[in-house]
Amino acid sequence: MRTEISADSRRIRLGRQLQHGDLIFWIVALLFAVLVVVLLGAIIAVTWSGSADARHAFGWHFLTTTAWNPVSGQFGALPAIYGTIVSSIIALLFAAPLGVMIAIFLNSLCPAKLRMPIGMMVELLAAIPSVVYGMWGIFVFIPFFRSYISTPLSKTVGSALPLFSGPVNVGRGLLVAGIILAIMILPTIAAISRDVLAVVPNSQREAMLALGATRWEVIRHAELPYARAGIVGGMMLGLGRALGETMAATMVIGNTPKIHASLFQPATTAASLIASQLPNANTDLHSSALIYLALVLFLITLVANSIARALVWRVSRTGSGA
Amino acid sequence: MTATAANPNIQMPPAIDAHLVLDGLTIYYGSREAVARTDLAIPRARVTAIIGPSGCGKSTLLRSLNRMHETVPGGRAEGRVLLDGANIYDPSVDPIHVRRRIGMVFQQPNPLRARTIAENVSIGLELDGIGRREKEAAVERALKRAALWDEVADRLDRPGTALSGGQQQRLCLARALAVEPELILMDEPASALDPIATLRIEELIRELMTEITIVIVTHNMQQAARVSDYTMFMNLNERGSGGVVEAGPTQMIFTAPKSKQTEDYITGRFG
Amino acid sequence: MAQAIVGRRYRRRVLVNRLMLVLTVLATVISLVPLVLILVYVAEQGIGSLSIDFLTHTFRPISFGTTSTGGGVLHAIVGTVIITGFALLLAVPIGIMAGVYLSEYPGNAASTAIRFCVDVLSAMPSIVVGVTAYVLIVQRVKSFSGFAGSVALVVLMVPIITRTTEEILRLVPQTSREAAIALGAPKWRTTLTIVLPMALSGIATGVLLAFARAAGETAPLLVTVLGNNNLTYDLFGPMQALPLLAYRYTEQPYTVLNQQAWGAAFLLVVIVLGINILVRIVTRPRSHR
Ligand SMILES: Nc1ncnc2c1ncn2[C@@H]1O[C@H](COP(=O)(O)OP(=O)(O)O)[C@@H](O)[C@H]1O
Ligand SMILES: [Mg+2]
Repeated sequence: MRTEISADSRRIRLGRQLQHGDLIFWIVALLFAVLVVVLLGAIIAVTWSGSADARHAFGWHFLTTTAWNPVSGQFGALPAIYGTIVSSIIALLFAAPLGVMIAIFLNSLCPAKLRMPIGMMVELLAAIPSVVYGMWGIFVFIPFFRSYISTPLSKTVGSALPLFSGPVNVGRGLLVAGIILAIMILPTIAAISRDVLAVVPNSQREAMLALGATRWEVIRHAELPYARAGIVGGMMLGLGRALGETMAATMVIGNTPKIHASLFQPATTAASLIASQLPNANTDLHSSALIYLALVLFLITLVANSIARALVWRVSRTGSGA
Repeated sequence: MTATAANPNIQMPPAIDAHLVLDGLTIYYGSREAVARTDLAIPRARVTAIIGPSGCGKSTLLRSLNRMHETVPGGRAEGRVLLDGANIYDPSVDPIHVRRRIGMVFQQPNPLRARTIAENVSIGLELDGIGRREKEAAVERALKRAALWDEVADRLDRPGTALSGGQQQRLCLARALAVEPELILMDEPASALDPIATLRIEELIRELMTEITIVIVTHNMQQAARVSDYTMFMNLNERGSGGVVEAGPTQMIFTAPKSKQTEDYITGRFG
Repeated sequence: MAQAIVGRRYRRRVLVNRLMLVLTVLATVISLVPLVLILVYVAEQGIGSLSIDFLTHTFRPISFGTTSTGGGVLHAIVGTVIITGFALLLAVPIGIMAGVYLSEYPGNAASTAIRFCVDVLSAMPSIVVGVTAYVLIVQRVKSFSGFAGSVALVVLMVPIITRTTEEILRLVPQTSREAAIALGAPKWRTTLTIVLPMALSGIATGVLLAFARAAGETAPLLVTVLGNNNLTYDLFGPMQALPLLAYRYTEQPYTVLNQQAWGAAFLLVVIVLGINILVRIVTRPRSHR
C-alpha cells in the first residue's frame, strides 16, 4: 500500500522534473558532487599504483625495517612511522589537557563579553600557516628550548633517563617537533571539546548543583563524564592533524631517518621525509617508497579520524557519553 | 507574624514550628520581578504543596529556597529565608551548605549519565570523601528509603539511565536522600510519570514526611489534596509577577478558600 | 548556621575548586602566549624587510661580502596569485555544486557517500594530496609545474567550500523554497534564483576560508611546484609561491634571505589571519550558545 503510493508519487515527481529541466539540474549537481568522490578515489588509486614497485620489493617489511638508504636502495619506514607517532603523541600529551581546560574555561567560566574574542584567538592558532610555525620554531623556539630546557634536562635527568639524554646542540628533534605540533592542534581539541561540553543538558549540571557540588565538582562529575566520548574524539582529530602535519615537522624535527632513544635527537616523520626527499628522488624505487609511505600515512590518519568522528558523533547525536 | 499582617489569606498556623521562614522574599530574573514579596512559614516535618497555573512562579519560588535560583543567568533574590532561624542568604553562607541541607528532585528525572545506579546514589557522599563500607551501607539505606532497593539490588552497577522513568525518579530521590537532608524540594516530581509510578512517589512522600520536611510543586490539585498537609496557592498578579495568594491547611484551602481566585482555581474555572 | 553540617572535606573541596578554576584560566593564558609571541615576532621581523623593492623585484643573486638587499619576492607573489587563483577557479564550482547537491538532495545513498568522502578529504594530510599530484602530473609530464600545485590545492579547498555551502544552504528556511515551488517555479530555478542568493555571503565565507587555507599551504607545493627564482607566468613550469619561498629562504645560510623569508611570512600571516578575522567578525559563529 505505502510503497505503491510512494512509487506513484515518485513517478509524478520524476515527471515534473523532466518537464522543468529539474532532471538536468539534478544530474549537473550530482556530477559535480561525484567529482568529490573521484578526487578521493584518485588519491587512493594513485598512491596505490604509484607505490607498486616498493610494495612488491618490500611488502610488509617496509613497516618494520629501519634502513632508509636511497643509494643502496634500502627502504624501511619504521623510523618515519616511529617519528610520526611519537611526535604526535607528545603533541597530544601537551595539547589535550590544555585544550580541555580552555574548553572548560570558555564554556562555563569565561565572562560572556570575553568569550568571543578569546575563543577567536584560540582558533586563530589553527589559521597560522604551518611554515610560519616552522620558522618561529627554528629562529625562536629552538634556541630558547636548547638554553632553558634541553641542556639543563640532559645534564641532570638525562644521565639517568635515556629519553632526555644529550647531545642537544643540534636543537632540532622529536620533543621540539612535538611541542610545536601541540600548539598547532590545540585549537582543534579546544573547539571540539567546547562544542560537546555545550551540549551537556543543564539537568545534568543541576543534578550535581542540588547536591551541594562546587563549580569544579559539577564539571568533574556531570559535564566531563557526559562529554567524555566527544572530548576523546576531539583529541583523536587533533592527533590526526598532528600525524599529517608536514612543514612544521619538516623544519624542526631534523629530518634524520633514525630511531634514537633520546627525544632531543633529530628524527623524521612520514610527512617530512616525503616532503624533503620526493622532489629530489632520482630512482624509481626511491619515489615509489615515498609514495608507499604516503599511502601508509593516509591509512594511519584515516583510522585516527574515523574513530574521532564516531566518538564526536555519538555525543552530539545521541547524547550518550558512556 | 509579619506574614499574616501582609496578607490575611496566608494562614500557616504559628503553633507548628517553622522549618523555613520566607521573610520579605522577592525573586527576580534580571530586573524582572518573577515572584512578588512573600512572607510565610513552612512547617517542619509536614508536606507543603505549591499549586497554581503554569508560569506563576512556582518553580522559581521553590528553587530560591535552596539557592538554586541564582544558578540561572540573571537569577537573584532579595529578602531572607530563615532555615531554623538562620538566613540562608546571609553573605557569609556558602550555598553549597544550603543545598546540602535542602535537597531537590526535579521535574524530569535526571540521573547522571555514564554513572551506575550505585554511583548515582553515592555521588553526593563522595564529594565529602567517604569510606567504601560506609558508602555501600549508605547506598542501600537511601535506596530502601526511596523504595527502590528491591528492584535494583541485583544490578547496582548498571547505568542509572537503564531504569524506567518512575524508577529513575526514585533513584533521584535516593540520591537526594543519601546525603541526609532535612528538607526536600520537589518540582512536579510525578508529572513525567505514569499513574502507577505517580502513586509510588506519593506514598513515598507520605512516608518521608515523618522525618523530613517536604515542599512539593504540583499542577495536579488532586495530588496536592492527597499528599499535602498545607497548601500554597500562587497566581500572577496585575503586574505580571507571581505571588502567593493564599496559604493554609490543605483541607481549608480545598474546602473553604478565602480568596475568590483560589476558589476559581480549585473548582477548575481557570488554569 | 552551617557549622554543624560542614562536610569533613569542605576546606579541601573549596580549595580544589579554586585551584582548578585558576588552572583553566592559566591554561587559556598559556595557550595564547605562543599566538602573541608568533604574531609579534613575525610582525617585528617582517615589517622590517618590507619595502618597495621587496614587493616589486624578484630574486637577485647574492655573493659573499655584499650588502645587497637580495631583491624581492614579486615572483612569489605572482606565483601564489596564479596558482591559488587557478585552483580557486576549479574548486569553487565543484565545491558549491557538491554543497548544493548535499543540501538540496539529502538523505539518499549518494549524498551519504559524498558526505563521507568530503569528511575523509578534509582530514587528508596535505602532503598525501601533493604526492598524488606529483605522481599524476609531475611524473607524467616529467616537469614540476604550478598547474600540479593548483590541482593539489583544489583537493584541499573543495571540502571546505562544500561543507560551508551545505551548512549555509540548510539555514535557508524551507518556507522560502516552498513559497517559490508553490508558485510553480521548478526546483532548479528556485535553487539558483532564491536559495543560492540568500546564502551568498555564507558561501563567500567558505570560499575565502578555503583561499586562506590554500594560500598558506607549503607541503603540497614543495613536491609539485618546486620553486623558481625567476618571475614566470607559465602555469605549466616550476613557479615560486610565498610559503614555498619562506621555507626555502629560511633554510638558506644568508641573513638577507632569512629576512626576506620573514617578509614573505608576514605577508602570508596578514592575508590568512586577515581573512579569518574578517570572516569570524562578520559571521560571529559563537556569539550564542
Ligand atoms: N531562566 C529564566 N529566565 C527568565 N525568566 C524565566 C526563567 N525561567 C522562568 N522564567 C519566567 O519566570 C516566570 C515563572 O516561571 P516558573 O517559575 O517556571 O513558573 P511555574 O513553575 O509556575 O510554571 C515565568 O514568567 C517564566 O517565563
Ligand atoms: Mg515549573
